Amino acid sequence: MTRLEPTRSGALTPRTTSPAVPPTDVSTVDSSATGSRAVGRNRRAARIIVTTIILSIAAGTVALLTAGTGQYAAGPGDVVGSLVRGVLGRTDDATVQLDAVLWSIRFPRALLALIAGACLAVAGAVMQGVFANPLAEPSIVGVNSGASVGATLVIVTGVTLTASWALPVAAFAGALVVTLLVWSLSRAGGKAAVLTLVLAGIAINAVASAVTSFLIFLGDASSREQVIFWQLGTLSGASWGSVAVTAGVFAVGFTGCLLIRTQLDVLALGDSSAASSGVRVEWLRVGAILLSCLLTGTAVAFGGVIAFVGLIVPHAIRLAVGPSHRALVPLSALGGAVLLGAADIAARTIVPFADLPIGIFTAVVGGPLFLILLRRTLRGQGARA
Amino acid sequence: MTATLQISDVHVTIEKQTILDGVSLTLNPGRVTAIIGPNGAGKSTLLGVAAGTVKPDAGAVTIAGRDLRRISPRRAARQRAVMPQDTAVAFAFTVREVVMMGRTAWGDSPARSERIARDVLEPTGLLPLADREVTTLSGGERQLVAFARTMAQATPVGPGSILLLDEPTAAMDIAHAEATLTLARSLADAGAAVGIVVHDIDAAAAYADDLVLMHRGRVEAAGPVHNVCARGLLSAVYGTPIDVFERDGRIHVVPIRALAV
Repeated sequence: MTRLEPTRSGALTPRTTSPAVPPTDVSTVDSSATGSRAVGRNRRAARIIVTTIILSIAAGTVALLTAGTGQYAAGPGDVVGSLVRGVLGRTDDATVQLDAVLWSIRFPRALLALIAGACLAVAGAVMQGVFANPLAEPSIVGVNSGASVGATLVIVTGVTLTASWALPVAAFAGALVVTLLVWSLSRAGGKAAVLTLVLAGIAINAVASAVTSFLIFLGDASSREQVIFWQLGTLSGASWGSVAVTAGVFAVGFTGCLLIRTQLDVLALGDSSAASSGVRVEWLRVGAILLSCLLTGTAVAFGGVIAFVGLIVPHAIRLAVGPSHRALVPLSALGGAVLLGAADIAARTIVPFADLPIGIFTAVVGGPLFLILLRRTLRGQGARA
Repeated sequence: MTATLQISDVHVTIEKQTILDGVSLTLNPGRVTAIIGPNGAGKSTLLGVAAGTVKPDAGAVTIAGRDLRRISPRRAARQRAVMPQDTAVAFAFTVREVVMMGRTAWGDSPARSERIARDVLEPTGLLPLADREVTTLSGGERQLVAFARTMAQATPVGPGSILLLDEPTAAMDIAHAEATLTLARSLADAGAAVGIVVHDIDAAAAYADDLVLMHRGRVEAAGPVHNVCARGLLSAVYGTPIDVFERDGRIHVVPIRALAV
C-alpha cells in the first residue's frame, strides 16, 4: 500500500509542522478533545449498550403496566401469571375473568401500542436519513393525509358498518396511493430532489386534506364523529387480528430498514457524494420511502393518526448514541414501543373511565420538541438544512 | 491496470444554457491536472461529468476504456473518488465516521476501515479531531475531512486510482491549502490520476503537471503548465491583467494590482 505522507517539501506537511490546525484553533482543538464535544468511539459504543438495556427494561415494564392498568386492575404478578397460563394453555377457575380481560382486550392493545410505536419510530428514523434532515417525517410525503382520505371515504360511505376490515385497508391504500403520487410528481429527469419532493408533498397534502374535508362535509353526524376520532388516534380497536397484521408488516418493514441502514448514513453527505461513494441513491430513496410508508401506513391504519412519534424518538436516540443508523434504526424501534406504550397508559388513566385519544399525548410532547429541534437546526453550523 | 479517465467531446445544456460545449479532457496516471478558469466557465460541471453525477447530453466518459455509464456505482466508486464542493454533513457524525463512509463501496471489515481511516487522518492532521462531531467544525476543517474521506475511498492508491477534487482548498487557510495540495501531489506521485478544480492559478502552476484553462464552456488551452501560463492568454480569459514570471525555476502567476493602494 502507498504511504500517504507527502513526498515533497516536508516542511509543509501537517505531520512535521506541529499544529495541523492553525495556531489560533489549537486551544479549541485541545480542549475539545477531552471536552463535551468530543465523542469517543468507546463512549458511543458504551452508550449504545446502556441505551439498549434501559430501553429493553422500559419496554418490558411498559408492557406489564399497560396490560395491568385499567378499570379491571391487575398487578404485574397477575399479568405474568396470566401470560404463563395462556401460553401453556392452562385454565384456572379463580382467574378465568382476569385471563379473559387480559387476553381478549389488554394484551392485544398493549402489543398494538408497542408494535405501532416501533413502526412509527423506525419509519421516522429512515425518513430522516433518506432526506438527510432531522425534521423529516413520513407525513411530509403524504402518508397521513392519504390514510385520512381512505379512512374517511369508507367511514362516510358506510362501508365500515358492514366490513370492519375496510377501515385499515382503506387507510393503508390511501397512504400508499398518495405517497406514490407525491413520489412520481416530484421526479424529473429520473431523479427526485429533496426540495421538489417536499414541495410536491405540501401540494398533494393540501389537496388530500381538501378531499377529506369535503367527504366529512358529505357525511352524517355519526360518521363525522367517527372520522374525527380516528384522526385523533386511538388504539381502542385493537384485536388479535390487527396485532397479527401489524406485527407481520413490522417484521418485513423492519428487516428492510435494517438492510439499508449503513447506506442511509452515507446520504448525510448529500446525494452526489453518496452516489460517488457507491450508493445507488435513487433506489435507496424509493426503497426507504416505500418501507416507511408501509410501516407508518399500517400503524396509522389501526391506530389512527398518531403524530410526532417518528420525530421525537429518533431524535432522542440520536442524542444518546449518535446519528449512525446502525444503532439508530433498531433502538428507534425499542424507543417507539416504549413511548407509545407509555402514552397509551396515560391515555387510559389520566381521566378516569375515559379513553382519551392517544394522539393528544404524543402531540403534546412532540410539538414543543419539534420547535426546540427547529431552533437548534437554525443555529446549527455546517449542518445540511 | 492503469486507469485513464477520458472525456471526449462532451456537451452539457442545463435549461437551454450551454454549460459545456464540446469539451475533452484526459486524466493520466501519475499526473495532477488542474482545471482553471473564471467563474461560470464550466469547471465544476466538467468535474461532475467526470464523476458521473452530471449526465452529458452528448459525448462520452470512459474509465480505462470502459463507458462510465456501464460501470456500476459500486465499481465506479472503487475506481474514482470525488471530493465535492459542498462538504456539509446532515447529522452529527464524528470525523472518523465520515472518513469511514469513504469505504462504503469496498465492503471492508470494521478493523480494516478503522485502519484506513487512521492512515488518512494522520497525514491530514485530523487525528486530534477524529472524535469530534463534523457539525461543530469550521468550513476549512470540514473540507479537510472531505479530503480525508476521498483519500480513504481511493485507498489503496496506485496507478488504478482516480481522484477528482472540486475546489478542495476553497475554505482553507494558506497552510492547510498548501498541505492539502502537497498531499494531492503525493497521491499522483504514487500513481493516481488527480483532477483538481482550483481558483488559485499560482498554486495550480506549482502543484499540477497539466493545466486545463476553461472559458465559457470550452477549453481555451490545455497542456503542460508552462504552455498554458501565458500572460496574454490568462489576462484575456480572466479579463484582468495577470503577470506570469519565472523565479527559481518555478512559474508564478499573480494579478497585476495597478489600482491597489
